[in-house]
Amino acid sequence: MPKENLTVANPPAATPEEQFDWLHTMLQIRYFEDECHRMFAQGLVRGSTHLCQGQEGVVVGACRAVGIDDKVLCTYRGHGAVIAKGAPLDRAFAEILGKANGLCAGKGGSMHLTDMAVGAVGSFAIVGGHLPIALGVAFEAQYNERQEVTLCFFGDGSTNIGAFHEALNMASVWKLPVIFICENNLYGEYSPLATTTPIERLAQRADSYGMPGVTIDGNDVEGVWRTVSDYAARARAGAGPVLVEALTYRQKGHSRSDPAKYRPTGELEAWLERDPIRLLETKLEHLGLERGHLDDLRATAEQEVMDALERARGWPDPNPERLEEDVYA
Amino acid sequence: MSTVTFREALIRAMGDALEEDERVFLFGEDVAAAGGSFKLTEGLLERFGPKRVRDTPISEQAIIGTAIGAAVMGLRPLAEIMFADFAAVCFDGIANEIPKYRYMTGGQVSMPLTIRMCNGAGGGFGAQHSQSVENWFLNVPGLKLVVPATPADAYGLLRSAIRDPDPVLFFEHKSLFNTKGELPDAPAPIPLGLAETVRHGEHVTVVATQMMRHHAMRAADELAVAGIEAEVIDPRTLVPLDYATIAASVDRTGRLVVVQECPNSGSWGATLVARLVGERLEHLDAPPALVGAPDTPIPYSGALEELWIPSVERIVEQVKRTVSY
Repeated sequence: MPKENLTVANPPAATPEEQFDWLHTMLQIRYFEDECHRMFAQGLVRGSTHLCQGQEGVVVGACRAVGIDDKVLCTYRGHGAVIAKGAPLDRAFAEILGKANGLCAGKGGSMHLTDMAVGAVGSFAIVGGHLPIALGVAFEAQYNERQEVTLCFFGDGSTNIGAFHEALNMASVWKLPVIFICENNLYGEYSPLATTTPIERLAQRADSYGMPGVTIDGNDVEGVWRTVSDYAARARAGAGPVLVEALTYRQKGHSRSDPAKYRPTGELEAWLERDPIRLLETKLEHLGLERGHLDDLRATAEQEVMDALERARGWPDPNPERLEEDVYA
Repeated sequence: MSTVTFREALIRAMGDALEEDERVFLFGEDVAAAGGSFKLTEGLLERFGPKRVRDTPISEQAIIGTAIGAAVMGLRPLAEIMFADFAAVCFDGIANEIPKYRYMTGGQVSMPLTIRMCNGAGGGFGAQHSQSVENWFLNVPGLKLVVPATPADAYGLLRSAIRDPDPVLFFEHKSLFNTKGELPDAPAPIPLGLAETVRHGEHVTVVATQMMRHHAMRAADELAVAGIEAEVIDPRTLVPLDYATIAASVDRTGRLVVVQECPNSGSWGATLVARLVGERLEHLDAPPALVGAPDTPIPYSGALEELWIPSVERIVEQVKRTVSY
């Protein structure tokens, strides 16, 4: 929990229109990954895929709390963060399909979605490997005296890797404007957190780096948005990094080959009751939105995803000469 | 023209780079207030201030990560990893992130960073502070490897490394820091990928870098007395490698000896020999030879370390065998 009072005011509550827009993006991510899952299951695309289904509230709440000039780094479970930051659905699909028009020209794949044009600086496939990189991204803004922040998403498993310690320590010493966002989905690959980590509240680790740490409900998108807005304002003012632990749940297995049979009976069902999309829909209904509007939004998002996929599937494979390009300048 | 030490040439190169380009910043363990463990960055904090010359915690992963992120965003990070051996503790950044970032993103980013590291045996630093680890990176496409042997090369190649749009690992041999050489008053950067033929000769081509180049030159002097004229080539950069200059020399002499301060297994010398044999066997009059270190860690004892490092005597013996084959 934060040891100091925030010097910035809480942002005003989000308007229903803003929250409707968040829901739209969350639904796009959900349907996008439904299609990813289906294509992998059918053998239409290669390698592996790591779905963030159930965790959309964290990435959408956080990315909507910052601007296009702010930067985001995320993990191999990064479809949601990159789309939430503004990457186009069709080129994201195309990347996963290995197409020439993919975000990374088909050379990155599902685990490396990157779109510099929208500040999605990278998706990284070495657990924790990108935490030190977030320092450099934030340092550049600090060095050039721009008031930008860097969001760095990672999972609970990353907090046990050495790079976590080095990154949070040095970020604090250099007062870098990084919001470290731990998506605590309770499992590091197949292992429950309790079997790998001697504490339950990972935000406590912030204490040893002299930075604020806070645990929040990651499935409450408005709560995520509010917390990240606060801390982003603090970081822009030069007060340095923070650690946000967002409690959430990975509704699917670690990767496409994992049926997640290690989960205790009833756990998934309990978390599905707290699905971030369902929670937000219910909230918007309470705010007066008609169910029909919400159903229309689902249909719209699904259609957008299907149209994007159709475009992506029609695009060509990379040309053979691209194999040896982009190694050096 | 003035006579400077290798150390002075490095300091001057870093100072000139910081002067030339606001995007350049220098950082690492004890590089600022202390002026570097080997005094290789002395005076730079005073000249450029704490924004651009910065101390870090003992956190090699954080240092390399910071270099990566800053480079992606357009700065020109100049990072120091104190001993090249420590590259092992930040190998993920160097092997998985730096050389693949441009490729994995389909060319969306550049990686204009330079990592300086001290390598080299001969000082009694033992097995974990003496290695020449260039070979670790040879199998990782996307990196450039620079291995200067003289003050002039240290200056000119470091200037080019910092200006280069690609990531450069820059190795500074500890036994060379106090060696002296000429440096012009307005020295120019030296392009990466350009070997220097340090000595011309017709009987054998000897390829060597850093300390081994100096051993090879002393061996060549001894061989000349015996009537053997060695052509000594210093590649100066292992990636990119000036293969054309070496191949043209071997075509003329028909004989090749590579001298390297590392075990021969998995080495740049072995890679060079494999390519030359594969492509120009018909030009070779003798089997190409490697003079390297034994497949052991580097021993501490002076008596043993001296045996480990390829000596002038061993080079002379090998060249004689190769020439008389």
